[in-house]
Amino acid sequence: MRRDSTRLLETDDSPLLNERDGTNSGSSRSGICKTSPPLTKGGIQGGYVLLGLLVVLGLLIFPESLSAQETRSVSDRLIRTLSLQDYNTRIVLMGTCLLGISGGVVGTFMLLRKRSLVGDVVGHASLPGIGIAYLVMEMMEPGSGKSLPGLMTGAFVSGLAGALCTLAIKHYTRIKDDAALAIVLSIFFGVGVALFTIVQRMSTGNAAGLHQFVFGKTSSLLADDVKLFAVLAVAVIAVTIFLFKEMTILAFDQEFAHAQGWPVLLLDSLLMGLIVLVTVIGLQSVGLLLVVALPVIPAASARFWTDDLKRMAWISAGIGGVSAVAGVVLSATFPLLSTGPMIVLSGAALFTVSLFFGKQRGVVTRLRRLRQSRIRHGRLDLLRACFEHLEQNLPEGMHLHSEQMTERMLTLNSLLSRRSWKPARVESLLSRAVRDGLLLREGEAGYRLTDEGATQAVRAARNHRMWELFLIRYAEIAPSHVDRDADMIEHVLSPEVLEELETALGQQYPHLRVPDSPHMI
Amino acid sequence: MSQAQLDQMRAEHPASSPLSIHDMTVAYQRKPVLWDIDYDAPAGKLVAIVGPNGAGKSTLIKAALDLVPRISGMVMMFGHPYSQQRKRIAYVPQRGSVDWDFPISARQVVEMGLYRKIGWFRPVTKKYRQQAVEALDRVGLVDYADRQISQLSGGQQQRVFLARALVQDADLYLMDEPFIGVDAATERAIVELLRELRSSGKTALVVHHDLQTVSEYFDEVLLLNMRIVAAGPVKEVFTEENLRATYGGKLALLEQVGHRMQLSEMGE
Repeated sequence: MRRDSTRLLETDDSPLLNERDGTNSGSSRSGICKTSPPLTKGGIQGGYVLLGLLVVLGLLIFPESLSAQETRSVSDRLIRTLSLQDYNTRIVLMGTCLLGISGGVVGTFMLLRKRSLVGDVVGHASLPGIGIAYLVMEMMEPGSGKSLPGLMTGAFVSGLAGALCTLAIKHYTRIKDDAALAIVLSIFFGVGVALFTIVQRMSTGNAAGLHQFVFGKTSSLLADDVKLFAVLAVAVIAVTIFLFKEMTILAFDQEFAHAQGWPVLLLDSLLMGLIVLVTVIGLQSVGLLLVVALPVIPAASARFWTDDLKRMAWISAGIGGVSAVAGVVLSATFPLLSTGPMIVLSGAALFTVSLFFGKQRGVVTRLRRLRQSRIRHGRLDLLRACFEHLEQNLPEGMHLHSEQMTERMLTLNSLLSRRSWKPARVESLLSRAVRDGLLLREGEAGYRLTDEGATQAVRAARNHRMWELFLIRYAEIAPSHVDRDADMIEHVLSPEVLEELETALGQQYPHLRVPDSPHMI
Repeated sequence: MSQAQLDQMRAEHPASSPLSIHDMTVAYQRKPVLWDIDYDAPAGKLVAIVGPNGAGKSTLIKAALDLVPRISGMVMMFGHPYSQQRKRIAYVPQRGSVDWDFPISARQVVEMGLYRKIGWFRPVTKKYRQQAVEALDRVGLVDYADRQISQLSGGQQQRVFLARALVQDADLYLMDEPFIGVDAATERAIVELLRELRSSGKTALVVHHDLQTVSEYFDEVLLLNMRIVAAGPVKEVFTEENLRATYGGKLALLEQVGHRMQLSEMGE
């Protein structure tokens, strides 16, 4: 047990709680600027270069002053980290990567079962367990209070107790969900803080390291710890994979699962157990305040990329693993930055990327789809206006033939009078239609429809009028009101709906003949 | 359940009935919402469960399926408790009871009806995927098998739920408001499906809200308002008088006593 306490004294990478900076600092600062790059070129460019160099130098010097053993440059450290040269780095990377992956996998179901906040409660509720476990172990055998398996067991038990308390409060009282979560979270955390104060007063000082559970302390992981984490993380992943279908039905339709005879309570408890387990493993790395981010952020990010549950779980696992590794690498490269927050921030960066660029639901994707449908709507509007203009000059009872449509000229002004739209909009619609090969520009004279344009114009007008007729006949909407509704609706008419319209109205209007407009154009 | 109760139940209810409910009372939050329900569903018929809002129609189905605890009474399906008959019963919950934004396809929802058959830990194999697609075909959604469920219309979502029940190949179907908020095409498809089920000897109990269509769609009707008002063939039972009794407001005394029971049970 001696090794544990020395480890806790070594490199506490949580600066907020570090009480022993002074013991390490200042031992070696000599090798900092071995690779001082030459300053070349004057002028503004040189200024930028200088500024950049200053920033780099600052980053080099500042961390060095806090972390004593490190004397290499940022790039050296980055290379060392990535090439897994340090035994310690290797261990930490492996452990946190597994942690990230298991968090991502469990997080998928946690998110879909709407249990995200429960994860936060579990994190906070684990604190009293850690305090009690420490006290019990100290009582049984003084000096053994920081045995990691013991502390983790304590955290697991009280985390689980916290989760169960929220469920019990919800079930047996009239207190609502959110209040139950807030109550349990704060009470457990309060008890934990009180216990920690007692522990610190009582003990001879070697309890200080217990604080690592609040903010996390990845860099101190030892091989034995990582082995324990690895076993637990792999177990979590394995259980989730084996019970994938059972967890799916639990998260999607609990009542149906129950009616089918699945032991819903058991499955739900199992999921809760997995959540608690991931939280407890994560405590050591990111601390109980941030631990909820491990499962929730990757899962929420993954949802932007796919509509498929399996793929979502894979992506979530990937994002969890990558952000864990990125966090460790960042903090190994810049020792001032502690690992836990770096893992969370890496996850946040990936979340932001997913939020904007996610293939399925990302903001950019949706904006692009919106733009495409606007373009389509504009094209349909324009073509229909072309059709209506060409049709207007025909004698009563005559119908347009496509040859006539491609021969006649259309001018900007004639189209402008069709609708209440701005000239700039019509012009942009026209030039787009020319680019798409629907219209031909005939110099100053105006535009002519191409064959393709004529076909599409007929179809647009036909769909529009079919819908209008449907509204008038079947929905009994006044003809004077029908145009506006039809304008909005016709863009979303699916082939199936059009087919139904054909069966309802098609006989009166054989194919490719456009019915007369049911109202004044 | 004591032996004496069991004997009494067996004596009073025919063992052949797909669903026998004996003297059942059900409470939500300790307030009784169904009183002394005693009913035998006729085999091979389509039964509508009809009643006003809050009459306990959904609760009746849920209590029969052990989803809601019963204060008293017994339920038998084909002469045995539900826990021994799960394979022969298919349940169609209300469409609004799940999150349709869930990342899952129509086919995968239908596959859930097969999960029990597939068993613990095993993945869904090709054979079962095929069965799910066939069930989707029966409700006219084979082209939508791989669509994510949020992209389906309300009627299509309802048909996915029906397909999930069909794939179970049960003998008794319990459906909670399958006709609510669906388009005409879906309504036709459901009616056709119900008739198909009947002609192959299956029984269906359907919570139904549209009084206009009861006599057209169903053989039997169960009029419910916290207690059974009347039950039997549509022609005999679906009368104006019975409907007035069903929809003429809740029995004030039942409501009042129920509320008092709730208060006393909650210690208030």
